[in-house]
Amino acid sequence: MEKREALDRLTGLVANFTGMIGKRLPDDVTAKLKALSEEETMPMAKMIYEAMAKNQEQAGELNRPSCQDTGLIQMFVRVGSKFPYIDDLNTVLKEAVFKATKEAPLRHNTVETFDEVNTGTNTGTKSPWIYWDIIPDSDKLELDVYMAGGGCSLPGQGKTLMPGEGYEGVVKFVLDIITSYGLNACPPLLVGIGIGTSIDSAAYMSKRALMRPLGSHNENSKAAGLEDELVAAIDSIGLGPQGLRGNKSVMGVHIENSARHPSVISVAVNIGCWAHRRGTIILNSDLSYEMVTHKGVEL
Amino acid sequence: MKKILNTPISDEDLKDIKIGDVIYLNGHIVTCRDVAHRRLIEYGRELPVDIQGGAIFHAGPIIRKIEGEEDKFEMVSIGPTTSMRMEKFEKEFIEKTGVKIIVGKGGMGPNTEAGCRENKVIHCVFPAGCAVVAATTVEEIEDAHWKDLGMPETLWVCRVKEFGPLIVSIDSEGNNIFEQNKVLFNERKDKALEDLYTKVKFIK
Repeated sequence: MEKREALDRLTGLVANFTGMIGKRLPDDVTAKLKALSEEETMPMAKMIYEAMAKNQEQAGELNRPSCQDTGLIQMFVRVGSKFPYIDDLNTVLKEAVFKATKEAPLRHNTVETFDEVNTGTNTGTKSPWIYWDIIPDSDKLELDVYMAGGGCSLPGQGKTLMPGEGYEGVVKFVLDIITSYGLNACPPLLVGIGIGTSIDSAAYMSKRALMRPLGSHNENSKAAGLEDELVAAIDSIGLGPQGLRGNKSVMGVHIENSARHPSVISVAVNIGCWAHRRGTIILNSDLSYEMVTHKGVEL
Repeated sequence: MKKILNTPISDEDLKDIKIGDVIYLNGHIVTCRDVAHRRLIEYGRELPVDIQGGAIFHAGPIIRKIEGEEDKFEMVSIGPTTSMRMEKFEKEFIEKTGVKIIVGKGGMGPNTEAGCRENKVIHCVFPAGCAVVAATTVEEIEDAHWKDLGMPETLWVCRVKEFGPLIVSIDSEGNNIFEQNKVLFNERKDKALEDLYTKVKFIK
């Protein structure tokens, strides 16, 4: 394949992948929503779950974005140092979002700050927002694409606590967000929590946590235990779908952690709504691909 | 049986509707969100569409131009946005426009409660994220105003058939389901925290 042709193909694949994410929920989210719906006993909550299921079905049939807020696009890139298109990747990803905006279509959600103008293309200054990681000695590209909607971005908060406030302060911080802003962020929620040294690391990890598969746990057994405790605690509040009460509140709680300076403990929260539109794809050097989160989908 | 209201809506139509009820709407609903509220209240501009007895939708849709037709648009996806952002303006908005049904997402506050009570208006929640279900109830986009605001903020005048489910969150007596739930949620949260505090003594 000529290089230009390959870059066009790569751009097309990422554009199609991005558009698809807006129309079809990942397999783990679909399964979790089905389970929550089946377990639910309150009539209002059951009716809402039914509307949600019908919506996803119609979005598939009509090939339309399932939620009108297709977010500002964020990506986590893990690129092999030997991936043949590494030098062009930044441009490719931006062009892919531009292309998906027209073709999917996506709502126009990139507003330049200070100039306060909607670019109309979902591209702009540092938009899409991209995190980069290099995988040594690999020729693959692993890509997470996430649609960060307004409703689920709004509860995002972080705070650096004094160690005296301890993990008690951490869990209070999390639960206060859930009963205030979380309520309007389209429950059942996926709660991403970052715990570490400074506010930037905590914030980064809290978003990274939202990319993890539902049902996965932190490697540290104490952190994994706290994930389960927080699921139980937040479920006991009984937000239900749309915050209109129900048996449960969350699809999951994911904690990511790093070491901290002895004088501080930073915590940050990022929320995923029930329509958690994130996808992971692995592309090989010949641009064949493996769909991680959306099995059986052809781009 | 489905409870279906038709625009224009009267005080009488809303009299027996209580929080937690589920209704559907036939007739017209106009998308109306942040900047439209600001223009009306802060800048004193008149809304370019008459919504007396009508309905507004706190929503920013995805619209597609219908090819080959002039100024005709198709509703692709439309769902509610967070209503609380309009709380600051809503009471005055109700008084100025005579709107009877406000549809959005999540709760609204005391300002809107008062507006609903004094003017016999209701606020309803359309299940958020269900944007295709909503879009397929739009029979036609009949008109569009203030297009200078861009796709999400334009006032799209939609003719709808059985638009819903709409869950009544503030009724025309000013009862507010979200405020009632919040009290309950906060009690449960305090209890959950008491329990959690005993389990997170990681710093010895």
